This record gives sequence, C-alpha cells and structure tokens, in this order.
Amino acid sequence: MSRALSYVKRNIRRTPFQTIAASMVMFLTFFALLTFLILALGSQAALRYFESKPQVITFFKEGTTTQDIDTIQNALKGESRVIGTKYVSKEEALQIYREKNKSDPALLELVTANILPASLEISTKDPQDLQPIADILKKEPVVSEVIVPEDVVQTLTSVTRIIRIVGGATVGFLLVFATLVVVMIIGFKIRLRRGEIEIMRLLGASPSFIRNPFILEGTFYGVFGAVAAWILSYTLLWYFTPFLQGYLGEVKLLPVNPLVMLTLLGASLALALIVGGLGSMAAVRRYLKI
Amino acid sequence: MIRFENLTKKYGSHLALDDISLEIKQGEFVFIVGPSGAGKSTLLRILTREAFPSSGKALVGNMDVAKLKNGEIPNLRRKVGMVFQDFKLLDDKTVFENVALALEVLGKSDEEISKSVEHILKLVEIWDKRNLFPRQLSGGEAQRTAIARAVVGKPDVLLADEPTGDLDPKTAWGVIQLLNEINSWGTTILMATHNQEIVNTLKKRVIVLKIGKITKDSKEGKYE
Repeated sequence: MSRALSYVKRNIRRTPFQTIAASMVMFLTFFALLTFLILALGSQAALRYFESKPQVITFFKEGTTTQDIDTIQNALKGESRVIGTKYVSKEEALQIYREKNKSDPALLELVTANILPASLEISTKDPQDLQPIADILKKEPVVSEVIVPEDVVQTLTSVTRIIRIVGGATVGFLLVFATLVVVMIIGFKIRLRRGEIEIMRLLGASPSFIRNPFILEGTFYGVFGAVAAWILSYTLLWYFTPFLQGYLGEVKLLPVNPLVMLTLLGASLALALIVGGLGSMAAVRRYLKI
Repeated sequence: MIRFENLTKKYGSHLALDDISLEIKQGEFVFIVGPSGAGKSTLLRILTREAFPSSGKALVGNMDVAKLKNGEIPNLRRKVGMVFQDFKLLDDKTVFENVALALEVLGKSDEEISKSVEHILKLVEIWDKRNLFPRQLSGGEAQRTAIARAVVGKPDVLLADEPTGDLDPKTAWGVIQLLNEINSWGTTILMATHNQEIVNTLKKRVIVLKIGKITKDSKEGKYE
C-alpha cells in the first residue's frame, strides 16, 4: 500500500496540470453538491419551523376596546383547533418594533405606539386549521387585517422542491462530468506510462500492483475535491452567519450544528470515493490491458 | 528446467516456430542462433507468455506456460528474467531506480531493495553510475543496468534477446563475460544472437533455428 501511495505521489507530481484539472472539477462538483445540500437542509428546517408554529396574526382597528378583544379571545378558547392566543398591545408592538430597528434611529424617531395596531397571535394545532380560523376572524368588525403564514409555508415548500430538483439535476450532471474527467485523466496517465507498465509486467508485477496506484489517484482527486469544497462552504457559511441570522429573524437555522456539517463531510467523502474510484476503475478497465 | 514439446507458433498464415521439441537443463548456457526471422525471439517470448503457442507445450519448471491463468503469469515472469537488445530502461529513472523497480514489483521492503540493488550494481560494476539516467550511459553501461535489473530478483532463468546487438565488440565481450558469470551462479541462460564470434569463442550449447525449425543442437557447438 505504501508503495502504491508513493507511486500516486510521483504521478501527481509529474503531471501537475492534469492533477489541477481533475482536482478543480471535483472541487466544483462537491462545492455545488454541498451548496445545494445546505440550501435544501436550510429551507427544510425553515419549513419545519413554520409548520411547527402555525399562527394567525390578527390586527385590530383603531379604537378597539379590550372588551372587544376579550370577547374574541374567549370565543377562540372555545375552538378545539386553537391551542393558544397571545395579545400584543400597542405598547408591546412598539417595543418589538424598537428592538427590531434599534440599529436605525431614523426609523425609531417617527414611530409611536399610536400608529402601531394591537394584535392577537393565534396558534393552531395544525397548519391546515389556519385558514378556517382566519376566515372566522375576518368576519369580526373590529379586525382590520388577518395574516396567515400559510403562504410562507407554500412558498417555502415550492422553494424546497425547486432546490431539490435543480440541485439534484445540477449535481447529477456534475457528478457524471467529474467521473468522465477522472476516466479521461487517468486514461491519459496510463497511456503516458505505457512503457513503464510494459516493463513492470515483464518484471512480474501483479495486475493489482500496476492498477492500484491509478485507482488510488482517482480517489485522491475525489477526496481532495470533497474536503476542499467542504472547507470553503463551511468557511463561507461561518462568515455569513451574522448577516443571515439578521435576515432569518426568528427562524433559528444558524449557526449550523457542527454535527450536521460533519455528516455532510462524511457523505461527501463517501461520494468522492465512489466517483473517484468508479472513474479510475473505468479508466483502468478501458485503457490498462494487463 | 525448460522443455518444449512439439511447439508451433503461427502469426496468421506465417509459421514462426514449427514443431520445436527440446530440453534445457538447469544451469545451462544455451545460444539460440539463426538468421533474422528464424524464430529466436518468438521462442523466448513464449517463455515469458508474451506470445502464446499455437500448439504444443512450453514448460518452465513445472509450469505449462500455455495453460497459465492471467493471475499466474507474474509468477512465471519472476522466475524468468529478460534482457533486450534495446535495454528497455525507463528514461525518467536513474540506474538505481531502474534496478530497484524489479524488486518493488516483488513487494520487497525499501531496506531490502537498497541492499540488493547496491550488491548487484557493484557486481555488474556500475555502482558509480547509480545516480545517472539512461541517456547519460554508454551502451555497455545501459546493458549492464538492464542485466542487473533482470537478475536482481534472482530468477531461475535469464533470457537475453540479442543483448549485444547494439554494442561494439569490446563492450559486447564485457556483457557476455557478465552473463557467463551470472550463469556460474546457477542461473540458466538462453541467449538469442547471431554474433558468430561470441558463440564460437564461448563453446556452449548451440541451437540453430532456420525458418522456425531446429536444424542443429550441439553441445559446445559452433555457429557457422
């Protein structure tokens, strides 16, 4: 094995351009794979977050009394589909607004509690119950607007589906492309070392002694590409985490659990071994006649 | 050690070897002589399974060359070393690395390789050239390197296909003396040549091939 590894090292050193080409293609493939996987996992987690917190937000008209709100709250408590309600007064709404916009004093100056409506957040057992509850609330004369996050769930569901389809197709194409590049480059190297292979055969080298360095070289490209792509994607994710956290608000996706990233690394490495190994084995089968 | 039984080899309709039967004992030094196209090289190539007999048997020890499975061919080639007219050295490897390759394929450790290569390079008197590349060697030095590579793994048989073909007479004699010395260690040597002077001076067994047939097989023979 150590002999095969030293042969791999030598092959890589002697043909640097092919090595760079193969490694870059592998890197791009695995970077795309990891990007799509992270996006898919993120959107899936966001979807789960919204699905797990089915909420209707009802805003009240100016002049609505606490008695009116209590009446609505009591009526909702009688609904079996409702698991809880939370009243947000004008003052509390102002506090929330101030907290969200604390970095922008201009926005804070102009806003007072009077211009923010009081609201009622109603949680349901099931996301499917949101719309019927919203329909009931819309009929109340004191209600000015009802927001149903069902749209968000629907949008996220379609985004997740699109990421899966586009990501799957792109990564699938890149994986095939990367495998073919490995076949081509290992095939080229076999042809380049034809003389040496011939002499090895005459000296009594076993087929595995001749084949193994080429197969190991192919898997090396895969592993290198996967590890480099993982390092870059993790670095980018870590770098953009503060910005993304602000954007995502209450959806706590970040920072990403290191275990998730380690699982992604493991999956990438397994796939890298398959792609690199299959590519080099195909090249050996096609070009190395022992 | 080596036995051919009614061996025939055809390349398409061309008959390269025609019903060859002969036996070579362990430790013998045998010249196979004859004009170009007589079948000398084919006979040697069959012994390393580079060529496949059309009919008949070729035995090296108890191995029937024609019946070997692909996985068994390396074992045959470890028993049979080969030296070529054009040396077949790897240009991007030094003398030391070229010889070491023969032991690497056998799975020897670095330490063993280092020791054995030093020993054989000193024996063939090119130890001082160990760091040179083939293009920096004279013909004689290149052939000595090739011989060192062929025998460093201690094969039972050494096949030499026109090893002096590209060498001047003085250098050729040096190579022949080296082969003679290797033979004295007990290694069986089959050498294909049409160098009359060498054959006639050495007085070893001579097998004459003409158009694929053995026309003469004599102990201490001559090439006329």
